[in-house]
Amino acid sequence: MSQPIDTSYLDLDTKDETFLDSTEMVLNMGPQHPSTHGVLRVILKLDGEKVLGTECVIGYLHRGVEKIGENRTYTMFNPYVDRMDYVAAVSNGLGYCETVEKLLSAEAPPRAQYIRVILTELCRISSHQVWLGTHALDIGAITPLFYAFRDREEILKIFEKYCGARLTTHAFRIGGCIYETYDGFEQDVKKFCTFFLPKLDEYEELLTTNRIWVTRTKNVGVLNPEDCIALGVTGPVLRASGVKWDLRKAQPYECYKDFDFEIPTGVNGDTYDRYLVRIAEMRQSVRILQQAVEAIPTGPIMAKVPKVIKPPVGEVYHSIEAPKGELGYFIVSDGSTQPYRVRVRPPSFVNLQALDKMVRGLLVADVVAVIGTLDIVLGEVDR
Amino acid sequence: MPEETKGPDSVLRQPEGAKAPAESAAPGKPPATPATSAESVKAAPAAQSKPAEAAKPTAAAKPAAPAAAKPPAPPAKPAGPVPEPWESELVTRLRQQYGSGIEESLRYLGQTYLTVDQSILPEILRRMRDEEGFDYCVDITAVHYPKREQQFDMVYVLYSFPKNERTRVKTRIKDGEHVPSAVAIWETANWLEREAFDMFGIVFDGHPGLKRILLPDEWKGHPLRKDYDILQQDREWVQINLGIESGQ
Repeated sequence: MSQPIDTSYLDLDTKDETFLDSTEMVLNMGPQHPSTHGVLRVILKLDGEKVLGTECVIGYLHRGVEKIGENRTYTMFNPYVDRMDYVAAVSNGLGYCETVEKLLSAEAPPRAQYIRVILTELCRISSHQVWLGTHALDIGAITPLFYAFRDREEILKIFEKYCGARLTTHAFRIGGCIYETYDGFEQDVKKFCTFFLPKLDEYEELLTTNRIWVTRTKNVGVLNPEDCIALGVTGPVLRASGVKWDLRKAQPYECYKDFDFEIPTGVNGDTYDRYLVRIAEMRQSVRILQQAVEAIPTGPIMAKVPKVIKPPVGEVYHSIEAPKGELGYFIVSDGSTQPYRVRVRPPSFVNLQALDKMVRGLLVADVVAVIGTLDIVLGEVDR
Repeated sequence: MPEETKGPDSVLRQPEGAKAPAESAAPGKPPATPATSAESVKAAPAAQSKPAEAAKPTAAAKPAAPAAAKPPAPPAKPAGPVPEPWESELVTRLRQQYGSGIEESLRYLGQTYLTVDQSILPEILRRMRDEEGFDYCVDITAVHYPKREQQFDMVYVLYSFPKNERTRVKTRIKDGEHVPSAVAIWETANWLEREAFDMFGIVFDGHPGLKRILLPDEWKGHPLRKDYDILQQDREWVQINLGIESGQ
C-alpha cells in the first residue's frame, strides 16, 4: 500500500494568480516570426487562446523614403519607390511617374501606356502569386507556394528580358518608358497568358474546395463594408466586403478605359472571400493582358519631357490601384529640381490598421491567417 | 506655394504650336537669351511637321520646355498652369455657413482643394463626411514651410464613394499649435495622425494613443521637418556609442 499523497502544501482553495486560465496573457509575435511576412511585431493580449486585443509595432524597416525624396531630384528618386512594395515594384514606379507627369502636365504616349499596363498587370499577378504562396504556407498548405513561385518565374523572366531586373525593375521613366519592347515581347506575354490560366485552375483545385483551407478561412477576419470605409481599407480587402470599387474603373488612368474587364467582389468579407477575389482578379488581369497585347499601338514610347525635370510650383495627389490597394503620391513642387515634399499613401500601412478589428475574439492561429490575407509588405508599411 | 506662381496663364498649354509660347515668353521674360527663343522657333516647325503630335494639345507645348531649360546662364522658369478659383455648389454652401472661415477654394490641374481656418477644421471635416458624402479619408499628412509664420500645412485627402470625387481640405497651423484629432470622424486617422506626429511633431488633441509609430520611442526630433539635420542623428550616435567623432 502506498502512502496517501500529501496535498496540504498545495493550498487548493485559494486561486492561483499565475495560473494560465485565470489571467490575461501578453504574447509577443514577431518581429522575427515567419508568418509576419517581414519584420512586423504584434503584441497580443490573450485570454487562453482567444485574442482580446492587439497592438502592431512597426517601423523596423523604416528607411525614410519621404525624406530621401526631398533630397533627390525627381529622376533620382524614381528607383527608390521600387523598394517600398518590393513584390510589386512596377506598380510603385507607375504611380510615381504618373504623379510627376501630372505635375508637368505631360502624358505618356499611347504605346508607352500599353507597355505600362501590360507590365503592371503582370506585376499584379506576380504580387498575388506571392500572396497566395505565403498565405497558404502560413495556414499549412505547402504546395501552393511551390506552384505559385514556379509560375511567377515566367513573369520575372519577362521583366528581366524587358529591363534587366527581376524585382526592383525601375521599368518606367517620367514621361513614358525608357526601353522599347524586345523582339518577341508580345509572344511571351501571350504565351504566359495561355500558360497561366490552367495553372490558376490548379491553384484553385488545391484550395477552393479543400476542407482544411475552407475551415481555416471561412468566417475568419470578417470586415463589413462600413468598417472598411471607416478604416480606409482598399484593394481586394475592400472588394471582398462587397464594395465594387477599383481605381482602374472609378478614375481610370493610363489606357485602362480601353479594356473590358470586371471588378470581382466578395460577399462575406472574410478571409475566404478575399482569397476568391484575388484569384478572380488574376483572371481579370489575364483578360486585360490578352486585350492589351493585341492592341498595342506603334509610335514613340517617351513623351517630350525636359531632361532636367522642374515641375511648376504646385501640388498634386494622384493614386493608382496597386495590387494591395490605393497607392497614392502627394507631391509638392516648389519649382526646383527636387520635390519639396513627397508623401506616399501606402495601401499596406492603412490596411494593416484593420488587423486589430479583424482578429478580436479569434484564436492565435487565426492571427496568422489574417496577417496573410491582408497581404502586407513591410517595406511599404514602414517605408 | 501656389499663390507665388508667376508667369502668364498656362502659356504652355496653347494648342497652336510651339511658336506661340516662344513668342509670348520673349517679351514677358527679358532674361531669356536669344538662344532660347531661337531654339524654340527651330523646334516649332519640327512639331508642326508631325501632325500626329501637333494634334495632341499637350504635345505642342512640350518642345518649348526643354529649350527653356537648356541655356545654363539664366534658367527661364517654365511658366506652368496656375491654380484657378474653384466654384461649386459645395463651396457655395460651405461659404454661406462659414463665411471667411473658408480661406481658399482652388482648382489646380483638375484637382480641387479647400483651405480652411484652423478653428473650423473639425466642423468642416465632420460636415464633409456626414453631409457632403466624403466618407473615405484617404490620407492625412503635413507639409513644413519653416519660413512662414504658420509653419505647417495640414492636408486631408478625402474621397467620396457616392460621388466618385476627390478633394483636399487644408489648414495652416503654427509650430507647436495643436490640431483636433479626426479619429472620431474616421478611424483610419489613428495611424495617419500618429505618423504625422512622428514625422512633424504635430500634436493631435483627443487622439486615443498619440505616440511614435515608425521611429523608436526614444528618437529625438521629427525628421520630415525642413530644419531637421539628417546628419545630426548619425553624429550623435557615433559619439555616444563609439566615443569618436563622426567622419560625416
